[in-house]
Amino acid sequence: MGRAVAAIVSTVIGLVLLLSFKAHVGNAGTTALTSQHQRAHTTTKASRAPKAKPSATATKKASATKRQVTGDTADTNYGPVQVQVTLTGSHIDDVTAIQLPQQSQRDIQIDNYAVPQLRQEAIDAQSANINSVSGATFTSDGYVRSLQSALDKAGV
Amino acid sequence: MVRHAEHVMGTVFSFDLRDQLDDGVLTDCVDWLHWVDATFSTYRDDSDISRLGRGEARLTECAPEVAQVLDLCAEATRRTDGYFSAMPTGQLDPSGLVKGWAIEEVGNRLVAAGSRCHSVGGGGDVAVMGQPEPGLPWRIGVVAPGDAASIATVVSIRDAGVATSGTAERGAHVVNPLTGRPATELASLTVVGPSLMWADVFATAGLARGMAARGWLDALDGYEAFAIAADGSAWWTQGFAAYGEVPHSGFTGKDQGRLSKLTES
Repeated sequence: MGRAVAAIVSTVIGLVLLLSFKAHVGNAGTTALTSQHQRAHTTTKASRAPKAKPSATATKKASATKRQVTGDTADTNYGPVQVQVTLTGSHIDDVTAIQLPQQSQRDIQIDNYAVPQLRQEAIDAQSANINSVSGATFTSDGYVRSLQSALDKAGV
Repeated sequence: MVRHAEHVMGTVFSFDLRDQLDDGVLTDCVDWLHWVDATFSTYRDDSDISRLGRGEARLTECAPEVAQVLDLCAEATRRTDGYFSAMPTGQLDPSGLVKGWAIEEVGNRLVAAGSRCHSVGGGGDVAVMGQPEPGLPWRIGVVAPGDAASIATVVSIRDAGVATSGTAERGAHVVNPLTGRPATELASLTVVGPSLMWADVFATAGLARGMAARGWLDALDGYEAFAIAADGSAWWTQGFAAYGEVPHSGFTGKDQGRLSKLTES
């Protein structure tokens, strides 16, 4: 069950790496990719301040129902990023970005390439049954936080 | 089972705790990581390490862990023929050791609290204890550099650590302390062994050393390595197959192979 989380992390890191390859100029604007997601409430920034209690701790087993979990919007160097994960139980069915920077043509290319790649890799990586990921990922990207927060909330 | 992700030290630390632990154990670990960040971060002007580096504080005025870490750095320099350095670019920067040391210390705290099965990772380095399910090791996928969506190898371990140093995320940020120039021969180096802190040190030093690190890594007792060179070819130490999956079967440890995407365990 926990492998699903870690399997996703490997893919997220893949997207992090993809995002870090591009040269980004200026501040990115954002466009919601799916019109049906009207974010009526303000999304919370992932906090970097030291906390007395840990947040987003999942302790209960995931149920077998189908559900969608949305991560917090995370501010990255490229602009706000937010992902949504569709799960059946703890199995990841789909991953969509509901908010990605779309300032430049390069951003749009990455959105068109990276997001479907992310989705496919998320589903492929589940078959590798990995618990966690090692890689050259010292810097965190908001994308990692966003997906991780979605999955932490899902309790997978 | 408790899963937790904590943003600290500019990265994400992941906890996967399989044993029932007292309330507050995880909080203590997380608080301690933030303390380590505040004390050792070279990005914070007011950290002990920054003040020490600028000569504004004496070692005796810093937290005792600073001296402990710097002693470990000196040992790391000796054990890596100088390719690990706490002053890689001339400024005091023990970051190449601090993260692995911090993860290992968190693991020690969890064990002291009674945990016998857990995985703790931070910024690409992972330390594990026990077996997530009876008879099964922890499986840690290693991301391939250059082909960001691929897993280059999967390491299966228990009571051990795996650390990867590479250029994909932050570019050629690892400097060869002997030349002062960025290390570019290896895209990625993964080291596995009983101590995550030493795996982290050896991965950093090996990346700095480049292709010539292979002989040194083969000679290291208890630690195995998997490298991906800048041209995409892979090599690994003679004992690596005991820990990890390699690009093709029938290897003898002397082969070099092109990476292939692993899709099945």
